[in-house]
Amino acid sequence: MEIVFLALILVLAIFLGFELISKVPATLHTPLMSGANAISGITLVGALLAAGSGSETQELATWLGAGAVVFATINVVGGYLVTDRMLGLFKQRSKPTENDG
Amino acid sequence: MLSQFHINAVYVIAAILFILGLKLLSKPKTARTGNLLSALGMLVAIAITLLSKEIVDWTTIIVCLAIGSVIGVLASRLVALTAMPQMVAVFNGLGGGASMLVAWVALFGSADRFVAVAVILSIVIGGVTFAGSGIAWGKLSAVLASKPLLFLGQRFINAALFVVLIVCAVLFVLEPAPTSYYLYAIIGIALMLGILTVLPIGGADMPVVISLLNSYSGLAACAAGLAIDNVILIVSGALVGAAGIILTNIMCKAMNRSLANVLFSGFGAQKSATKVEGQANPITPEDAYLILEAANSVAFVPGYGMAVAQAQHVVHELGTLLETRGTDVTYAIHPVAGRMPGHMNVLLAEANVSYDQLLEMEDINPKMNAIDVAVVIGANDVVNPAAREDDASPIYGMPIINVDAAKTVFVLKRSLASGFSGVDNPLFFNSNTRMLFGDAKQSISALITEFKD
Repeated sequence: MEIVFLALILVLAIFLGFELISKVPATLHTPLMSGANAISGITLVGALLAAGSGSETQELATWLGAGAVVFATINVVGGYLVTDRMLGLFKQRSKPTENDG
Repeated sequence: MLSQFHINAVYVIAAILFILGLKLLSKPKTARTGNLLSALGMLVAIAITLLSKEIVDWTTIIVCLAIGSVIGVLASRLVALTAMPQMVAVFNGLGGGASMLVAWVALFGSADRFVAVAVILSIVIGGVTFAGSGIAWGKLSAVLASKPLLFLGQRFINAALFVVLIVCAVLFVLEPAPTSYYLYAIIGIALMLGILTVLPIGGADMPVVISLLNSYSGLAACAAGLAIDNVILIVSGALVGAAGIILTNIMCKAMNRSLANVLFSGFGAQKSATKVEGQANPITPEDAYLILEAANSVAFVPGYGMAVAQAQHVVHELGTLLETRGTDVTYAIHPVAGRMPGHMNVLLAEANVSYDQLLEMEDINPKMNAIDVAVVIGANDVVNPAAREDDASPIYGMPIINVDAAKTVFVLKRSLASGFSGVDNPLFFNSNTRMLFGDAKQSISALITEFKD
C-alpha cells in the first residue's frame, strides 16, 4: 500500500486514540489499560501470517512466527479475560430510589 | 478464495469494534460491554486472517494458539488481584515481544528500505517493551528490589548504546537481511536498553512505567503493521499507543513531574528535604474506636500499603459498619496511589466497595475540612503536606490529598519511616494526627472488633 495512505491512517488512529481516552474516570484506569493492552495483541494477526506461511526453506522464520503466536495469544486471551474479570468486580450500590436498576 | 480486499473490509469492521469498545470502556456502566465488543473485534480479525490464502501450514498455528490460550486462560483466572500490576506488565511484555518477532519474520520476504526501517522500529520498541516489562515484573513481584538501581556512568552507557544502535540501524537498512549481524546487535541493544531504562525507576513511579510500556506495546504492533503492510495492526497499534500516552501523561501530572524526570532521575535516591522534627502522637485501637464512633464523616485514604497488607476487605467491612451507624463514608483515591493507574480502585472493587463511593483527589479536597476523620492506610507521599509547603522537598508541587485539613487524621503505618521517596512526612507530627502503629490489616481488624463488642 502507498506509504502516504499508511501514514494518513496512522495519524488519524493516533488522534482517535487521544480523543477516546482523554475523558476516562480514574476508577477505570486499570481495566482501560489492560483492555487496551489486549487490543495491542492484534499483532497476533501478523504472527499467524508469519507462522503459517509455510516457508520450508526458512525454518527460522517459522520458529520465530510460532513464538510470536504463543506470545500474542497469551496477550490476547489473558488480556481480555483479566479485563472482564476486573470489570465484573466494579459494582454500583443499588440505591433505593432507583427502581429500574 | 478471499481477496485482500475482502480481508481489509473485515479489518475495518474489527477496527470499528475496537474503537466502540474503547469508547464504552470509558464509562463504568458500559465498560464490560466495551471489552466484549473489543474482544469480538479481535475474534473477527483473527478469523479472517486464518481464512487468508497466505496461510498454508496449520499444524504450527493450531499448536501455538492452543498453548497460548491455555496459558492465557490460566493466568487470567489464577492471578490474585493484588498481583494485577505485574500481570499487566507481563502481558505488555509479551505483546511487545510478539511484535518484535513478527517484524523479524517480515525480513524473510522481499524487504525494501521502508520495510527495513519499520522492522527496526518494531524490533527496538518491541524489544524495549519486552525486556523493560520483564524488569517491571521483577520489581512489582519483589523478585528484584523495588528501589531505584543507579550505578556510575549509567547515563553514559545508555547514550553509548543508543549511538551504537543508530549506527547498526543505518548499516542494516542499507543491506537488510533476516540473519544480518547488525540485526542481532540491534535486538541485543534493544533488550539491554529495556533493562537499563527500567532498573533505575523506583516502585512508586511504576504507574508511569506501566502505562508507558502499555503505550509502547501498541506502538510496536503499529510498527510491525507498517513492516508487513497490514492495516489492522497499524490502526489498533496506534490507538493503543495513543491511549497509553494519555494515561502516562495523567500519571506524570499527578506527580507534578515530566516524563523525562521519571525516566532518568532515579527519584528517591536523593534526599534533600527539610528534616522534620517533632513528637508523633500514637493512639490505641480502643481510643481510635471512640473517635470513629463519634464521627459523622469518615474518609479512607488508601495507598500501596493497603495492597501489601491485603487490607481492602477489612477496610470495606469497617466502612460498612460505620455506615450502618449513620456515618458518611467515602474513599479518597490519589491517581498514583499504588503501583499502576487505578490500582486502589480495582482492589476496593474486589472488596465490594461501590465505585460511587470512590472520590478522586479533586473531588475530595474541597470537602476535606468537613471530614471528621481521615483514615490513611498505607499511603505516605500522596498525603504529605511537604508537597504543598516545603519548596526544598523533592516532591514539592505534587498534588496531594489534603488529609491534614480533616478534623482528625489517623495514619495506619508500621513505623515512622519515610515513604518511598525518602521524604519525611510532617503530617505524622501534626497536632490533629494520631498514629495507629502496626500492620494495617490487624489495626483495622482490631477496630472492627471494638465496634462489634
